[in-house]
Amino acid sequence: MKPRRGNSAAWPALALPYFWLLVFFLAPFLIVAAISLGQSAIGIPPYTPPLVFAGGPVPALAVNLGNYALLLGDSLYIRAYLNSLAFAGGATLLCLLLGYPMAYAIARAPRAWRNPLLMLVILPFWTSFLIRVYAWIGILKPNGLINNLLLAGGLVDQPLPLLNNAFSVELALVYSYLPFMILPLYATLERLDPALLEAATDLGCRPLRAFLAVTLPLSLPGIAAGCLLVFIPAVGEFVIPDLLGGPDTLMIGKVLWDEFFINRDWPVASAVAIAMLVLLVAPIALAQRALGRGGEAA
Amino acid sequence: MTARRAPLLLAVLALGYLFLYAPIVSLIVYSFNASRLVTVWAGFSTRWYGELLGNEAIRDAAALSLEIAAMAATLALVLGTVAGFVLARRRRFAGRTLFVFMTTAPLVMPEVITGLSLLLLFVALEDILGWPAGRGIETIVLAHATFGMAFVAIIVQARLAAFDRSLEEAALDLGARPWKVLFVVTLPLIAPSLLTGWLLAFTLSLDDLVIASFVSGPASTTLPMVIFSSVRLGVSPQINALATIFVVIVSVLVLIASWLTLRRNRGHDAPA
Repeated sequence: MKPRRGNSAAWPALALPYFWLLVFFLAPFLIVAAISLGQSAIGIPPYTPPLVFAGGPVPALAVNLGNYALLLGDSLYIRAYLNSLAFAGGATLLCLLLGYPMAYAIARAPRAWRNPLLMLVILPFWTSFLIRVYAWIGILKPNGLINNLLLAGGLVDQPLPLLNNAFSVELALVYSYLPFMILPLYATLERLDPALLEAATDLGCRPLRAFLAVTLPLSLPGIAAGCLLVFIPAVGEFVIPDLLGGPDTLMIGKVLWDEFFINRDWPVASAVAIAMLVLLVAPIALAQRALGRGGEAA
Repeated sequence: MTARRAPLLLAVLALGYLFLYAPIVSLIVYSFNASRLVTVWAGFSTRWYGELLGNEAIRDAAALSLEIAAMAATLALVLGTVAGFVLARRRRFAGRTLFVFMTTAPLVMPEVITGLSLLLLFVALEDILGWPAGRGIETIVLAHATFGMAFVAIIVQARLAAFDRSLEEAALDLGARPWKVLFVVTLPLIAPSLLTGWLLAFTLSLDDLVIASFVSGPASTTLPMVIFSSVRLGVSPQINALATIFVVIVSVLVLIASWLTLRRNRGHDAPA
């Protein structure tokens, strides 16, 4: 792209968002990393940093790896970590299995229908996340909607345990993050040229084979973007395991929250955050590429 | 080709939308239930709406949340629009990779991490600079503006990628100054995207529990915090009534926004 005189004047403005993000997005992570090496203490704020400026010109370095040792030593943290991976991975897969047919159906709908159908997918996302998760309590609890219907229909003798277990957590994860899967899938499927499928059919491909050989490979960028948009936030989810989870469904986001708000142990909470970031760094880098490509092509 | 598969696709859509909307519909239905036991139907009543409106804690928190969301969304709109222009039109500059990373990572970053890291930043800043003094509305607005701007930036970038630049060139050739072109040609043409971005940032702020809980102070309880503590104690009919009001307002706003977008795009260039 050739440089245009129309823009040159505006470029000092570039510094504004850049500086903002450096201060409010990047710098905080460095502070979290520093405090994860600090020591919990009684006071305000409730920690001593790893660098102590105690009068002398050279700060005393007091690196404390104890927080990380705690994460590795206590099975609670490891279990929460593995649980988060399993729940987020399962939710990603289920969102893909549910979202792909939906995105496909919307992309193949008559042109005038597509935008309203897409709007219907986005609409729940605009209403409160917290309230949508809360809605499932009323549906799943022992005297809730589903169990009342099952009992009234004589299908079960006593209420099914649907709430505060792995089932309710996974269900709410899929429910909450499904739109994030459908949108990027729709974007790639909608752009797909129907002539390619017609060519495959004309050449004697059966529908399933045409789908596997043409549609599926061409929609891989959308699949990648959708999976990352679901997986990454799902790993760190707090509200869902807190409201719909039970003792067996501890997730890393809830552990972080409890360390911070209940134990008031800021250094351990920071170490949990860093451990989560280490896990997510590769997916986030991939997401950035997938989203960047989508944004440029849109 | 599609005729044979149309019933199957329709069934898929019907099931999918049933899954997406059944919980919301159940909230709305039970908000008109006379019984305190949310899921046992005991006749139609608007009692919970009355109690909700009389609930001072919820009223105050809602007012505070709206105020925070308006400020955060406006700040996010300004920052995110500039960032979107940079992403779409500045292909090469030192540190572009870092900039792209910083504008896309907040979209997916787990909220507990963002919340904790911003809190620690505010504490460190107060320690070093004496600002911000304590935490409250100000720190929540700063935090919400930061993740809101990432969403605005993506929307503006996508819109600019589909933008017909010959209009800007025509204005420049006719002697308009670059700043004038920006305000008279470019920004009015992308106004629907700017509105969408502002609304999205507004909604995200209004909806946020986790980040606000980390960076709020004792005197700044937002609406999601009140909802959360009430929901933690079990289902409450007042929250159902609140949810219904939420859904109605959001639906109306989204319908107006999409109608405006449709109307503007008709006769202008292609939609983003």
